[in-house]
Amino acid sequence: MEKLSKKSKLYLAFVFVVLYAPILFLVFYSFNSGDSMTNFKSFTLSHYKDVFNDSRLIVILINTVVVALLSALISTIIGTLGSIGIIAIRNRKLRNMVLSLNNILIVSPDVIIGASFLILFTMVGVKLGFTSVLLSHAAFSIPIVVLMVLPKLQEMNSSLIDAALDLGASRRDVLTRVILPYIKPGIFAGFFMALTYSLDDFAVTFFVTGNGFSTLSVEIYSMARAGVSLTVNAISGIVFFVTLILVLGYYFISNHQSRTGAQK
Amino acid sequence: MRKKGNLLSLIPYYIWILLFVIAPILLVAYYSLLDLHGHFTIENYKNFFTSVYLKMTLSSFWYAFLITLFSLLVSYPAAYFITKLKHKQLWLILIIIPSWINLLLKTYAFIGIFGNKGPINAFVQAIGLPKQQILFTDIAFVFVAVYIFIPFMILPIFNALDKLNPALIDASRDLGASKFTTLRRVVIPLTMNGIKSGIQAVFIPSLSLFMITRLIAGNRVITLGTAIEEQFLVTQNWGMGSTIAVFLIIFMLIIMLFTGEKRKGAVRNGKTK
Repeated sequence: MEKLSKKSKLYLAFVFVVLYAPILFLVFYSFNSGDSMTNFKSFTLSHYKDVFNDSRLIVILINTVVVALLSALISTIIGTLGSIGIIAIRNRKLRNMVLSLNNILIVSPDVIIGASFLILFTMVGVKLGFTSVLLSHAAFSIPIVVLMVLPKLQEMNSSLIDAALDLGASRRDVLTRVILPYIKPGIFAGFFMALTYSLDDFAVTFFVTGNGFSTLSVEIYSMARAGVSLTVNAISGIVFFVTLILVLGYYFISNHQSRTGAQK
Repeated sequence: MRKKGNLLSLIPYYIWILLFVIAPILLVAYYSLLDLHGHFTIENYKNFFTSVYLKMTLSSFWYAFLITLFSLLVSYPAAYFITKLKHKQLWLILIIIPSWINLLLKTYAFIGIFGNKGPINAFVQAIGLPKQQILFTDIAFVFVAVYIFIPFMILPIFNALDKLNPALIDASRDLGASKFTTLRRVVIPLTMNGIKSGIQAVFIPSLSLFMITRLIAGNRVITLGTAIEEQFLVTQNWGMGSTIAVFLIIFMLIIMLFTGEKRKGAVRNGKTK
């Protein structure tokens, strides 16, 4: 393999710096005892204290996490069951059609998902708030779970199921003791993706959230429109830290799994 | 017997498709034919073809084009160099981590960075130039959008480059092709699918950005997404908003037709690995 030249290493370093600089910039000023992102006066944790003392913000944080966990759970269940069903569809045309329908929400721009869900909820009469946000998040996460689980099901040898059935396993046993353990990594990945999609979503939530209910993204948006506030910086410090732990944790777990399974 | 049970598990999934995939599309199409008072009309479509909306569509495409072009120019070499690194998977993760940080926070960071007293202006003044208004310009908008989309462009290109058989490059070099010719005639054509996926992952969202236009471009840039958001949430003209949405869907389908692979790749953004 050819070695990288100095110039290309420099270029990569530059890209990395540009990618991380804004985030570190935010976190850096979250420790500023001044009240803007300009000159750093002295080190303080008071903005972090502000976040934890602001009961409204705490409620919003809890809302965000609850919506993320619940929507990820719902979408993982429906998506996994759906994938098991899709695999069983014998008719090729029908299966391809279902898969195309599955991908529509993945490629659709957020604004369209948000706008069309807003119409849907208004038509059906779902009150805008927690329920509408939860349903939307579960809805746009389901196709992602399917995309994560389906490849695992496809690579599974169907004779495993036949063997289990021949050996007297009930249908229930086949599902819980053969299929589910085999596709566990896919389910796990799907749940994780659904979680991060929900945590990250702004546009869809913004459309369907109504007045009384807010998630972190929507709240940051209204705070940022009002101007710079170092409380937002403190939030970003927390978010950055949590994200880092989640991503690295996910990386090591999935790496561990692929190592215990087939070598990559 | 087994089949029947499995198909039962499809019921919630089919309900989801019906309620959240098919119904919303039909509803948007239906609303696009309604005026403010709920009467059927094709006025909205006529409106779309007036110069106001056509200009807006054109400028939205122009910005999306610029954003996609710059992301591609930055990402291709970066992805290429990463494939040559020793721990390339780890480096890739490091490139992707910023894409997991909440989008709003990254945008918010640029309000500080591009601000009148921000580090960029401090630098500009340090080298003896007058203070610049950076925030609320279209350059700032394009820059922030490119910043946000770079990981989503790098990922599919990296995957394509990573699959490329290095023997092909060696063969090309052995047969006397220069480095540049190898890149142009071998590497780029063979990674075209990655480039296309990247373009698809950046261009379509670029058309529909609306939060960055508000926070960074200060309403100086109006994309199709901004227009939809405004019609739905500000002017409350759902009919017109749906009409713009219908056109956005049509544009999206056309773009996918041009950039699509035969096999559907899962690249909406960096997270769909």
